[in-house]
Amino acid sequence: MKYLLLIHSNPENWGHPTFLRTAAARAMSSEQRAELSRQFETLMAEIVESGELVGGEALPDPAQTRTVRVRDGVPAVTDGPFVESKEQFAGYFLVDCESLERATEIAARFPDAGLGGAVEVRALMQHSGQEM
Amino acid sequence: MHPEHRVEDLLRRSAPRVLAALVRHYGNFEAAEDAVQEALLAAATQWPRDGTPDSPLGWLIRVASRRITDELRSEAARRRREAAVATRAVPDELLAPAADAEDLRGSDDTLTLLVLCCHPSLSPPSQIALTLRAVGGLTTAEIARAFLVPEATMAQRISRAKQRIRAAGGRFHPPPEDERAERFRAVLHVLYLIFNEGYTATAGPDVHRADLAAEGIRLTRTVARTLPDDGEVAGLLALMLLTDARRPARTRPDGGLIPLAEQDRSRWHRAYLDEGIALITRTLARAPIGPYQVQAAIAAVHAEADRAEQTDWRQILGLYRLLEHLAPNPMVTLNHAVAAAMAGGPQAGLALLEPLDADERLSRHHRLHAVRAHLLEMAGDHDGARTRYLTAARLTTSLPEQRYLQERAARLIPDGE
Repeated sequence: MKYLLLIHSNPENWGHPTFLRTAAARAMSSEQRAELSRQFETLMAEIVESGELVGGEALPDPAQTRTVRVRDGVPAVTDGPFVESKEQFAGYFLVDCESLERATEIAARFPDAGLGGAVEVRALMQHSGQEM
Repeated sequence: MHPEHRVEDLLRRSAPRVLAALVRHYGNFEAAEDAVQEALLAAATQWPRDGTPDSPLGWLIRVASRRITDELRSEAARRRREAAVATRAVPDELLAPAADAEDLRGSDDTLTLLVLCCHPSLSPPSQIALTLRAVGGLTTAEIARAFLVPEATMAQRISRAKQRIRAAGGRFHPPPEDERAERFRAVLHVLYLIFNEGYTATAGPDVHRADLAAEGIRLTRTVARTLPDDGEVAGLLALMLLTDARRPARTRPDGGLIPLAEQDRSRWHRAYLDEGIALITRTLARAPIGPYQVQAAIAAVHAEADRAEQTDWRQILGLYRLLEHLAPNPMVTLNHAVAAAMAGGPQAGLALLEPLDADERLSRHHRLHAVRAHLLEMAGDHDGARTRYLTAARLTTSLPEQRYLQERAARLIPDGE
């Protein structure tokens, strides 16, 4: 099963990895911050090696976002993301893993999840189906 | 047969035998598996162009041996050690088994390889990927396409699987007697999963996956030839044949799912039905019963009805009771409930569903809601059925299932609404 892991983070100024730029991480000692990076690298190495990581992308500063609505046939373009919230959508990872439980376990290991942000786990729809 | 298909078929059949010969000689499953894959790729480009060699097995063993000795030699050089195993000449004993084409050892080797690839230290997705490459002779690119992941991801999964097997001490040996039954069960489960990946594929982007059903059947046939007296192997093969027979009738041209009761049975694949029915009938008469045989028997009862209304539901109900006793699991209970409803009315089925509501995981599973919807519809409770169909539609992660469930719900909207 494929799952999207959507990383929502709240860095003080935008940049990747976002978790190092959160208020909580900035208050840490440099050893603690290095440990966070190590944890993240270990997680990446593990899911690359297991063949679970399918792909992922990082997103630029949400200020660069445009939201487009078409009203009465006229596009209305506003600057900024569609959803207003403190936590911003910072990037995604696509994983192919055995179960929702495993995807959740991976999500919990993203440092952003522990630093005021959140990781959303969304299953992908499949084209396979069982007749009933 | 098209020459390229003939080559492909020959390569796929040869793959496990070449691999077994190399592993037996060099003892290194990881390196041998890579070398065989390279030899297969070389053959796939050269043979259609230059013609198939007189001894295809000998050719593949020779090329793969050269690769593996090169590999082991450079590795040995890296470690500044003498390359004891690395000799350029291919040892005679390595080529010897190639002489007799369909010897018994060939199929025994395939089974030993399957047991190794389905090693308990691996997750099912890794077992499947490794089985398809090492035993099925598929390329990493083909497997990646079938599972809709990038080739690099699949390559990583396969190489990691081989490392894990080595770390866990897995070797190319028949399993010890006390583990035998369990290891064979794992192999059958992986073959079933491969088949099912292919069978459940619908039209459109999943078309590559459909080949997996054929591959599952092919590999299971090989195991069935090696273990002709094993009732569960025969049962699994019969189950696959009887299930795959319905494939031409199970989807609409647009990929929509057609339920068993509404399928055009004249489109069922007759040869598979006949073979499956004959196989399961023969097997039930002589082997100790097991879950695959019971599932095949259920599929055979469906196959014997020319029209859905002629289905012998009492017999199916009896078989589900037996299956529930042999291999209890919630999915079996759901099917059991459907059979109970068809044989004795919807209330009998709904009563069987009640205990499942307490299971938190299952209450989030679309199938429980889909079955209850179906039974409520039978009972004439259209509002209840509609709500349940919509709940099931929200919970499934399958696009064709979702469409089917929404259509069922839409049918139940009273006129004028």
